[in-house]
Amino acid sequence: MSSKELMNSDEMARTLNRIVFQILENVKDAKEICLVGIRRGGAHLADRLGEIFKSEGYNNIQVGYLDITLYRDDLTTIAEYPLLQGTELDFDVRGRHIVLVDDVIYTGRTTRAAMDALIDLGRPKKISMAVLIDRGHRELPVQPDFIGKVIPTSNDEIIEVALKEQAGNNSVTIQKKI
Amino acid sequence: MSYKRKDLLGMIDLSKEEINYLLDTAQTFCEINERDVKKVPTLKGRTVINLFFEPSTRTRTSFEIAGKRLSADTVNFSASSSSTTKGETLIDTVQNMEAMSSDVFVVRHAYSGSVKFIAENTDVPVINAGDGLNEHPTQALLDLLTIRQNKGDIKGLEIAIVGDITHSRVARSDIWAMKKLGANVRLFGPPTMLPKHIAPFDCQICKTMEEAVEGADVVMMLRIQRERQGKLLLPSTREYARFFGLTNEKLNFAKKDAIVMHPGPINRGVELMTNIADCNRAVILPQVSNGVAVRMAALYLLGLSKKGGNNEDAS
Repeated sequence: MSSKELMNSDEMARTLNRIVFQILENVKDAKEICLVGIRRGGAHLADRLGEIFKSEGYNNIQVGYLDITLYRDDLTTIAEYPLLQGTELDFDVRGRHIVLVDDVIYTGRTTRAAMDALIDLGRPKKISMAVLIDRGHRELPVQPDFIGKVIPTSNDEIIEVALKEQAGNNSVTIQKKI
Repeated sequence: MSYKRKDLLGMIDLSKEEINYLLDTAQTFCEINERDVKKVPTLKGRTVINLFFEPSTRTRTSFEIAGKRLSADTVNFSASSSSTTKGETLIDTVQNMEAMSSDVFVVRHAYSGSVKFIAENTDVPVINAGDGLNEHPTQALLDLLTIRQNKGDIKGLEIAIVGDITHSRVARSDIWAMKKLGANVRLFGPPTMLPKHIAPFDCQICKTMEEAVEGADVVMMLRIQRERQGKLLLPSTREYARFFGLTNEKLNFAKKDAIVMHPGPINRGVELMTNIADCNRAVILPQVSNGVAVRMAALYLLGLSKKGGNNEDAS
């Protein structure tokens, strides 16, 4: 089974940098935004985006993490329960501009679940979405606002985003499903 | 790790890993109970039936709230106002409830083993909410969760359980679970209320309150289960309070940061003096709060019957 690298560590860093600048371009006041990462991959990426914001002089960007397991629409059909990791948001989402962060957007169902989970915590002023990889095949009408890289795929391929926080190295690879 | 059993009947059946998995899951539910909107959609469209063949306030309310916070429809059923008084057998009652397409049964019954009997005769997942003198697993889980939040690891802790051990299903579930997680458990109570055969429990049996409490990290007090005692087992309540009740002087023998627990309902002035029940070392109300999270975890892990094949993990 062959696996092909689509993005290495340097490219990933540059892409994340660009996403931060795109977000800055699009908001009037950076103070009003909060980053909310979708566990697990998105949580690490939200941390990294937060670091980049800091290095650009925006020190007070709040970062939170969302566990969307309880909001999934496929809980009855997945083979094994994922271990709940819990939602950690130390700030009030009401009236804020939330930027959801995830590693890959595919069917859009995770994003739907994340929006539901977020809205249960309060009424944000606005929700945007930033993803590292958009692989297409949406099953719901959702579209991210900030995209690192669009990768056309087929349904029998797997996009693997390795992050150094979890996997020890940074890369994006594509491979055929076994 | 995962929880693969159909039912949650007792701590004696569970492995250390299963107990820790239940506790980890419960911990994540604590956050939901502190939100403004205390509800997640996970069990939407599922029906949870609370079959209580024995009176209960705390446990029944706790299960009902837990179900509602997961968006399940919870229905309460109490024996006093049911067909059981008209002569229906236990299994017939259960099968009738099952015929209404229920997804989880939460069962309390005065007879030990009855909940297991029900679980064996239905395809619906069953959670034991207390069966006679036998077990009360969700109480043990909430006790462990409370201890873990206060003390970190359970392993190596000195835990004293004081009171009516023989008639307490809470004590039994706690002992099984605490031993599995590596705590040292000491028991103390009137000789008439200590189990005759102590070998299976593998606990230290103490002769005095001081011996039981000395150096303890956790002191758990139990209520006298009068409704389960066949005959009179103690001369007077006042005598019990004097020898077996927890006072400040006796608590001073425990570690300085020891916590005081009680499964409720407490009898003030009997096993627990009022100043102790209300002091900052008592974690009796946090136990109750954790109860909701533990029951949410149990309903979540048992309440979603898996239909269909393996869906891939969609991103």
